[in-house]
Amino acid sequence: MAVKENPYKKYLREDRLPHIFCPGCGNGIVMNAFFKGLEGSDVDFDNVSMVSGIGCSSRIPGYVKCDSLHTTHGRALSFATGLKVGNPNQDVVVFTGDGDAASIGGNHLIHAARRNIDLTVICINNNIYGMTGGQISPTSPKGSFGTTAPYGSRDVPFDLASLVTAAGASYVARWTTAHPMQLAKAITKGLENKGFSFIEAVSQCPTYYGRKNKLKTPVLGMDYLKANSVTKRRSEKMSEEELIGKIIVGEFANRPHKELCDNEEDLVNENYDGGLAIKSAFWEEF
Amino acid sequence: MNIIDSMLCKGCDICISVCPKDVYAKSKEVNSKDVYVPYPANQEACVKCGLCEISCPDQALYVDREVE
Ligand SMILES: Cc1ncc(C[n+]2csc(CCOP(=O)(O)OP(=O)(O)O)c2C)c(N)n1
Ligand code: SF4
Ligand code: SF4
Ligand code: SF4
Repeated sequence: MAVKENPYKKYLREDRLPHIFCPGCGNGIVMNAFFKGLEGSDVDFDNVSMVSGIGCSSRIPGYVKCDSLHTTHGRALSFATGLKVGNPNQDVVVFTGDGDAASIGGNHLIHAARRNIDLTVICINNNIYGMTGGQISPTSPKGSFGTTAPYGSRDVPFDLASLVTAAGASYVARWTTAHPMQLAKAITKGLENKGFSFIEAVSQCPTYYGRKNKLKTPVLGMDYLKANSVTKRRSEKMSEEELIGKIIVGEFANRPHKELCDNEEDLVNENYDGGLAIKSAFWEEF
Repeated sequence: MNIIDSMLCKGCDICISVCPKDVYAKSKEVNSKDVYVPYPANQEACVKCGLCEISCPDQALYVDREVE
């Protein structure tokens, strides 16, 4: 008889549970969707390494029974790039937040996407800095409140899925915690895509975003996400005005092209016949 | 019977809200961690879709798929 426990618990380090996330935080849902996505893919859990930066969302890899790197703020993609290039056979998965990925880590994000390195990046976008107490992030909607925007944010937020698509990623999708099954499916596709895959998971942070924006309970936060989501296809028939405040969900890019490690391997094969590829400015013999 | 691990549940009510069949209800009393842990008040209605399991942020919820 199978154990009568939640089907996603087996992937977690039981001695560390319950995790530190606040009641109803979306991080746990995205984590479940990742495990479901993994089960649906051809990727072997034993071959997965997880990398994260700093933030509540970045604490996820520490709970998972696999090799993981909890790195510095905004630098998850740099560490992940090193890990992948060092051993291209492993499946490297990055968990990051909107602050981690798009403010301090913004440049790493666009360039990792441009070079199409084979990483699966799951960005939990809760529209705020959760860990540090509710500051505005680059994705905070115009008019939303945070400790650094007591009168409401006046800036136009980044549309992360579109940004990463424009930067050249080969697979991009966006769903929310109110669409866990679709999110899991997108993660499956992202894991199987050989190239840079970016899955944005719009999520609720009841403690800070919620408290400051009249979405105090987790259920209110998720109901909001559900009610304001519009599928990509439907959004194409809507005007810019109608799309204000809406979350466009679905697939943004699915266009496989040459991946960074493969590109490097080709370079070696083309120029050095598969041999040692070191050119030195100091030693003639190289 | 669907089971909710009362040591993991943080009482967020997400399961109550996402279940399309209104299977869960909030308990009337708190547990030892001060949490109102939901219970499957309407178990017969469960269609085993798994939505509550994947939506539970704390991996506290188990859906019983065994045929009785
Ligand atoms: C170099 C550096 N700058 C600033 C911080 C403080 N800091 C920690 S987490 C964080 C933002 C986290 O926001 P996000 O990535 O959106 O994650 P969340 O906590 O919302 O999941 C900041 C600014 C830091 N740890 N290191
Ligand atoms: S502060 Fe927000 S993002 Fe961080 S654990 Fe709590 S609810 Fe989640
Ligand atoms: S499996 Fe589906 S129907 Fe059954 S309790 Fe969970 S959400 Fe409700
Ligand atoms: S979703 Fe999970 S943590 Fe939240 S109330 Fe239900 S069982 Fe408890």
